[in-house]
Amino acid sequence: MSLRHRSPSPPSVAFVTSHLDHTAADTSFTLTRRTFVGSSMAVGGTVAAATLLPGCDSDTPNTAESATTTVRMRINGEERELEIDNRTSLLDMLRERAGLPGTKKGCDQGACGACTVLVDGVRINSCLTLAVMHDGADVVTIEGLEHNGRLHPLQQAFIDHDGLQCGYCTPGQILSGIGCIREGHNRSRAEVAEWMSGNLCRCGAYSNIVDAVLSVREV
Amino acid sequence: MHPFTFTRVDDESAALAAGTAGARYIAGGTTLVDLMRETVERPDRVVDINALPYRGIDLQRTRLRVGALVRMSDLAADPGVREQFPMIVQALEASASAQLRNMASIGGNLLQRSRCLYFRDVSAACNRRSPGAGCAAIGGRNRTHAILGTSDACVATHPSDLAVALAALDTAIVVRGPDGESRIPITEFYRQPGSTPGRENNLPAGHLIAAVEVPRVPEARRSGYLKVRDRASYEFALSSAAVGLDIRNGRVRGARVAVGGVATVPWRLPAVERAVVGRPASAETWRSAARLAVEGARPLPENGFKVELLRRTVERQLATVAGLS
Repeated sequence: MSLRHRSPSPPSVAFVTSHLDHTAADTSFTLTRRTFVGSSMAVGGTVAAATLLPGCDSDTPNTAESATTTVRMRINGEERELEIDNRTSLLDMLRERAGLPGTKKGCDQGACGACTVLVDGVRINSCLTLAVMHDGADVVTIEGLEHNGRLHPLQQAFIDHDGLQCGYCTPGQILSGIGCIREGHNRSRAEVAEWMSGNLCRCGAYSNIVDAVLSVREV
Repeated sequence: MHPFTFTRVDDESAALAAGTAGARYIAGGTTLVDLMRETVERPDRVVDINALPYRGIDLQRTRLRVGALVRMSDLAADPGVREQFPMIVQALEASASAQLRNMASIGGNLLQRSRCLYFRDVSAACNRRSPGAGCAAIGGRNRTHAILGTSDACVATHPSDLAVALAALDTAIVVRGPDGESRIPITEFYRQPGSTPGRENNLPAGHLIAAVEVPRVPEARRSGYLKVRDRASYEFALSSAAVGLDIRNGRVRGARVAVGGVATVPWRLPAVERAVVGRPASAETWRSAARLAVEGARPLPENGFKVELLRRTVERQLATVAGLS
């Protein structure tokens, strides 16, 4: 079933469609708690949006096809090709479409760093960039750090130094820490604190996070 | 977020052709994606300009030319810029976070939009977003808002640190459009809100910032940027000062002073500059000159503290920069 080729396509339908397409295209699909909750929330969210924003359909492009784009990326070493709604952030694409929910959504506005990933080796906030801007990019998420059953040295350092409590910010902290170390900003506690300031931890594990990042000299 | 078509352009002529009404150029995306999600920005076409050749950092004999698509982190890391323009590097490294600086472009930084919470909240009154709607900040929460350059229509600060440093150094904004290339001095680029706060700058419609050109003035080398904020990092300025001094034999030969976090546009302080030039480099010179920084300040109910904070920010940064070797 595809609603995509209706024209014009109101935004609420397009958003729901991305979930339906995901379930249809993914042959290994099983109804998990995460998928179920995500689909339910999307439907609930669009009902609210339709009520709050009457008339927004007038901004819809004339051809519904043009609201989607096919992107190819190398994600954690695997070539992927996905057709996505242009509005999809890199974060949402990773979580909702690529089956990689390890990257976390905290604030969704560039204020917390939970969504940090490496794109072409550089740490960025995946919530503030559109997935369509990264056609051809190499993306690394927390799922891509382990090799042959061995944790990445910084993953191990977070365990060794107890650099977490609830763990929600941890994937972003680790990817940001890798960027911080690669950039050479791991020479002192003060330097690590400043160059890791884009990652908030509401549990307050900062001291141990700094210890973990300082303990790994190169990545 | 409203639906839009997405186009990646490979050259300037295609970019200019695509930049018609209803379209938005995207580079780093750190402002635009956020505001699109809040439906403050509702483009029907988004044009990705990252493939344009606006990437160079060129330190020439008389000026520094920086392509508009250079990332903030790359400019801050450039060895020549670090040596010759400390205030630019410090302003960049005090901005946002490492991740955001890896994303955000120089041109996008200069064009970033207001961080006023009422501007971002489409259910609040905002003349900048919806002309004639009123300003919720003037009678609302305005602790972080401007005390200089405000109007009855808008009191939002300009959020860029980089623009403050560039304003102190008489930077030219290099603009390219269908009619070719032109230069706009940065102090004439931004518009104070007046009665039309929605018009934030003098970039002509359908034009692109291609580069910025910073003159290599004597004050650039002995310079620095002080940012005062509610937390030590990853926060916007309550008050900031970009200061450059040319001091010879204990006397000030030249001075560049601009401030941020307090004004609706990057705010140059020519009165402070005049008050220090020709004077001995002394604590008394900095103290008396800094009093002039707050001339014309119009505090709001919650931000009266910014008047004294700004005076002290300027005095301290004059003293700090004078103490550099």
